[in-house]
Amino acid sequence: MTRPEVQEEDTPQAQHPVIESWAMFRKNTAAVAALALLILITFGAIFGPTLYPTDPFEMVWAPFSPPGEEGFLLGTDYLGRDLLAMIINGAKVSLMIGLSAALMTVMIGVTVGALAGFYRGIVEEILMRITEFFQVLPTLLFSMVLVALFGASLPMITFAIGIVSWTAVARITRSEFLRIRELEYVTASRASGASNMKLMFRVILPNALPPIIVQSALMVGSAILFEAGLSFLGLTDPNVVSWGQIIGSNRQYILDAGYTVTIPGVAIFVTVLAISLVGDGLNDALNPKLRQR
Amino acid sequence: MMRPLLDVQNLTIELTTRDGVAPVIDDLSFSLNAGETLSFVGESGCGKSMTALALMGLLPANVGRIAGGHILFEGEDLAQASDARLRKIRGNDISMIFQEPMTSLNPVLTIGEQIAEVLRAHQGLSRKAAWTQAIALLDAVRIPNPKGRAGDYPFQMSGGQRQRAMIAMALACAPKILIADEPTTALDVTVQAQIFDLLGDLRKQTGAAIILITHDMGAVAEMAERMIVMYAGRKAELGPVDQIIDHPRHPYTKGLIECVPHIQSELSTTRHDLVEVPGIVPSLREFGKNQCLFASRCRYLTEACLAGRPEPQEFDNAQSADCWHAEEL
Repeated sequence: MTRPEVQEEDTPQAQHPVIESWAMFRKNTAAVAALALLILITFGAIFGPTLYPTDPFEMVWAPFSPPGEEGFLLGTDYLGRDLLAMIINGAKVSLMIGLSAALMTVMIGVTVGALAGFYRGIVEEILMRITEFFQVLPTLLFSMVLVALFGASLPMITFAIGIVSWTAVARITRSEFLRIRELEYVTASRASGASNMKLMFRVILPNALPPIIVQSALMVGSAILFEAGLSFLGLTDPNVVSWGQIIGSNRQYILDAGYTVTIPGVAIFVTVLAISLVGDGLNDALNPKLRQR
Repeated sequence: MMRPLLDVQNLTIELTTRDGVAPVIDDLSFSLNAGETLSFVGESGCGKSMTALALMGLLPANVGRIAGGHILFEGEDLAQASDARLRKIRGNDISMIFQEPMTSLNPVLTIGEQIAEVLRAHQGLSRKAAWTQAIALLDAVRIPNPKGRAGDYPFQMSGGQRQRAMIAMALACAPKILIADEPTTALDVTVQAQIFDLLGDLRKQTGAAIILITHDMGAVAEMAERMIVMYAGRKAELGPVDQIIDHPRHPYTKGLIECVPHIQSELSTTRHDLVEVPGIVPSLREFGKNQCLFASRCRYLTEACLAGRPEPQEFDNAQSADCWHAEEL
């Protein structure tokens, strides 16, 4: 058996596991459609404000102009602001908070879970008790307190969401570390003189990533929901538009002008659903137990 | 006389189990000279792998510990060495290949990267130099098209190739001692022979001493100069391989050798019965008792065997057996 000669470069070729995962992902039609939709939403959030430059804070017409009539695709809200402009600009804020809060949960969760699962003993005891403390906190209440105390700026809201939702990632990471640290290739790496840092982040973590990736994808969705909840309650930066804030400020007029609440609600629903479906697809693609089906 | 490369003195390893503390290695002494092959033989659960892990400082944390004795490597006591020092020695001076080539390579890194990693950690080579060296090592363990294969992930290789990759990784820093823990148990018989050939050749080239842990008496006879027969955490017999196979002085060794079937040159209707060693290795609870632990399975059992732990009986040909009846056998 001869293999074709590969090119002279010293970089490894053929990312086989990645290609295999993509093949699995592609089989999940709903996830592929959701991914396409998500890409569309992201593009809308990035380029929308340039393509549709109406200021979301400007009163452009009479209040409660219904969608489609009088030249406004999605109508106007109770102050006569263009709802389409608000949705487009709100997308960026909602997605950004979702992504950065999820990133924060992953950073905290992976660090805590990795240390606990790798070192065991007293380190694990302390870290897991801290994790349990955060788990039993009433999440919405705690983040409301944080935002109310330290001001409703975007970084603070992100922090408030991140600090209450990292526990799931920490527990998953720890359980994966507990499983993988006993495997033979970890002992083999240890036997070849790898340091603890190298064992943790180069040997164990890459092998623990699939469930962490799935969990963090779902985290983005729940962070967007969380942000919507906070801004519905008025705990939001008044200088930026977000979807939850549109719902919150129009909630008194829900009976007279239902569309002002429904449209941003649908935007949240569609985005979170798309993220969840993509997360589900990632689960299919990355979970080795589902591969053989 | 030259100082041996590795000198293990009265090593005792205790394992904490639910039933209490058991000495899985009980007062074991042996030495290993540079370039020599020493083989550990015995059934499963006799402490062969534990000895290997202890030499590497890799006893399972919180469960196993060195309770006494010294592991002198070039005069330095590894039983007392710090973690940082052990880490320097592991993979550099002493390295190890494992039983299961299927699971002992990291599945998410290419084999080239894994070998290069060891080189970079211990020899401070640059990324590029380490990669070139990794390819040279893969070539040395006779993997065809090493340049292409270095970029392969473990799952793209066969068992034999993975074990070769493991050997390449273990030999990356030209260690003085290579511990091979049942390197061929998981492989096909034909591949086993290739791996042993490879190990033999590499030993000649690099001058590394090999500690070969195995069940396979055939491999011992072919590879090793000296052997240690382990039973229930204790040394049963130690000595030159040909002397022991020729005239075992311990009933357990005798039993092990008789277990191996012999190919007859002329097929005859009469076949010799294969002899087995009756019974099983005692449970950890029995370890450490002041009697001969093989007594329950031994056909030469006498009062003396139950009265006290046998003293090593030395013989002129450097053979020594821990049996009260060694002289008579």
